Amino acid sequence: MEQSIVLAARNVTKFFHDPVDVQVLREVNLSIRQGEFVSVTGKSGCGKSTLLYILSTMDTDYQGEVLINGITMKGKKEAELALMRSKYIGFVFQFHYLLNEFSVLKNVMLPGLKLARYRPEEVEHRAYEKLKILQIEKEALKTPNQLSGGQKQRVAIARALINDPVILMGDEPTGNLDKKNSDIVFGIFAELAASYHQSLLIVTHDLEFAGRTGRIIEMEDGMIVGGQCPQG
Amino acid sequence: MNLKLLFSIARSLLVARWRQTLVAAIGVTFSITMFIALLGFMAGLNELLDGLVLNRTPHVRLYKELQAIERQPVAMAPEYGSSYNIVRSVKPKNDQLALRNSGNIIRALESDTRVAGMAPKIVTQAFYNAGTTDLSGVINGIDAVAENKLFRFSDYVVSGNYIDLKNVPNSIIVGKGVAGKMLAGTGDIIQLTTAKGDRFQLKVVGVFESGLAEFDNVQSYVSIATAQKMVNEPGNYLTDIQIKLKDLNQAPAVAKEFARLFDVQAIDIQAANAQFETGSFIRSLISYAVGITLLVVAGFGIYNILNMMIYEKMDSIAILKATGFSGRDVQRVFLIIALSIGLFGGLLGLLLGLGLSAIIDQIPFVTPSLPTIKTYPVSYSVHFYLIGGSFSIITTYFAGFFPAHKASRVDPVIIIRGK
Repeated sequence: MEQSIVLAARNVTKFFHDPVDVQVLREVNLSIRQGEFVSVTGKSGCGKSTLLYILSTMDTDYQGEVLINGITMKGKKEAELALMRSKYIGFVFQFHYLLNEFSVLKNVMLPGLKLARYRPEEVEHRAYEKLKILQIEKEALKTPNQLSGGQKQRVAIARALINDPVILMGDEPTGNLDKKNSDIVFGIFAELAASYHQSLLIVTHDLEFAGRTGRIIEMEDGMIVGGQCPQG
Repeated sequence: MNLKLLFSIARSLLVARWRQTLVAAIGVTFSITMFIALLGFMAGLNELLDGLVLNRTPHVRLYKELQAIERQPVAMAPEYGSSYNIVRSVKPKNDQLALRNSGNIIRALESDTRVAGMAPKIVTQAFYNAGTTDLSGVINGIDAVAENKLFRFSDYVVSGNYIDLKNVPNSIIVGKGVAGKMLAGTGDIIQLTTAKGDRFQLKVVGVFESGLAEFDNVQSYVSIATAQKMVNEPGNYLTDIQIKLKDLNQAPAVAKEFARLFDVQAIDIQAANAQFETGSFIRSLISYAVGITLLVVAGFGIYNILNMMIYEKMDSIAILKATGFSGRDVQRVFLIIALSIGLFGGLLGLLLGLGLSAIIDQIPFVTPSLPTIKTYPVSYSVHFYLIGGSFSIITTYFAGFFPAHKASRVDPVIIIRGK
């Protein structure tokens, strides 16, 4: 079955200029299809996170081209990129980055309210749905600092999903979690990919985690050195 | 919709740091309060001092003065036209100090639309007879009703009633100093000698105190008719016509016009009291300068607090931007925070300023020079409240603008990867 490409990078090259010019990405090409569960691995400093931030449109200082859902991100203004992120990308960071001023539910709702694709009541309903998928709907009215680390990360995933992104990106989403919570989070990702056909692109240096994903992209010195499907 | 969301975010940030918010708002409140109280007090004082002059000074005064005419008769004679005529020590002929044609002047003024009101007046010299001693004095013949309407005459009558001047024949209202020297009070009869030597007995119906001792020591008021009797002149005899205009600023032009039209001397209030305008202006300028300084200092307070808030909330800003909020949205959030501080701080400041003004208004302020003033004068002019209100918004906007701009430029990648 032919599946559409949700995210593509064409000849993405990036330099860090400070303190000296260092090339961190060399002509990276990559594409991710709808429903794929992809992990990016590599040693520290190989450029995997940098690639992820370029793909997420947050970093705009690069050469080459990034296409999300077939739309090029080249030459877009800051506000347009913000809208793109809002519409197409969900992001989960190593740290949860929840806003303690708001309840868990409001945290999940915020990107949805910003996009305003649905009415606020509808957004609230959808936020509950997402929390239910992640089995933390009971905590909806607590504030983030009343939750455990694992719960917070699940709230962060719910927040990333609120606008039904075409791709969910994660930068070491299990990096701060213990084994048990890592497994829970992985289970959630796997289920999202399997049951909801959610495309995922997760950067991790946890090889065990990577080994269980649908495809591993291995990076070294700013280049992709391997991107084959693993067995099993 | 978007704005509503930004408002709710701003509100949450404000509430989360309510202590800082309170400090910032108190800064604004304090400065606006002081601004209002200071300006209200200063303006009240200005109005009082101006009122002292304006209430008693006609906008235009028509009078006649004995003076040498510029073209002496000898110069008008054709046979001496080509000569230099030098006549020293020219004396005026016997002439009345009265305004000629006063009846017609009054009728002309009554139909003039620029004139708000007028009061005729007779000024003459007399001696107060205190036993065997004569005290020199000045008698003003006035129309009590017109004088009160134009110059609040009753404000200065400290005992008795001003209207008795009209109702009681041969009555007089004496200056406080005169009353003291003559040991005369309301109801007593005093005797005067006019310049021409006639003796008059007048009943004291009141005592007035203008606040100027020099004035109160010599001046007295009688009715126009009494004054005419004292100078032994007919009913059309008037020495001054005092005019109040609808627009004070027209006074110089109108004075010039009337002088030409009626062939009399005319002086306008600006020429008579130029220094008062200058004094008022300088006092207002100083109060504005102090008030605006207070506001600018409050603005720096807000700037500091917002800057701190932005450093504290760097993560939140980064995540908002990562999840689809644009730099403009973030900037708006912080501007909303700044403006709410300005708006609520300012509003409270206006109310407290009004309260403080009201308190100042109650503080006793008794001075013999100002008999009508019992408490400190305060102006409640709506101007100050408008200026104070808009200034609080403008200062907080600028105080918030730079931190907000900085927040909008936060690069989420740097913040998030820096962890």
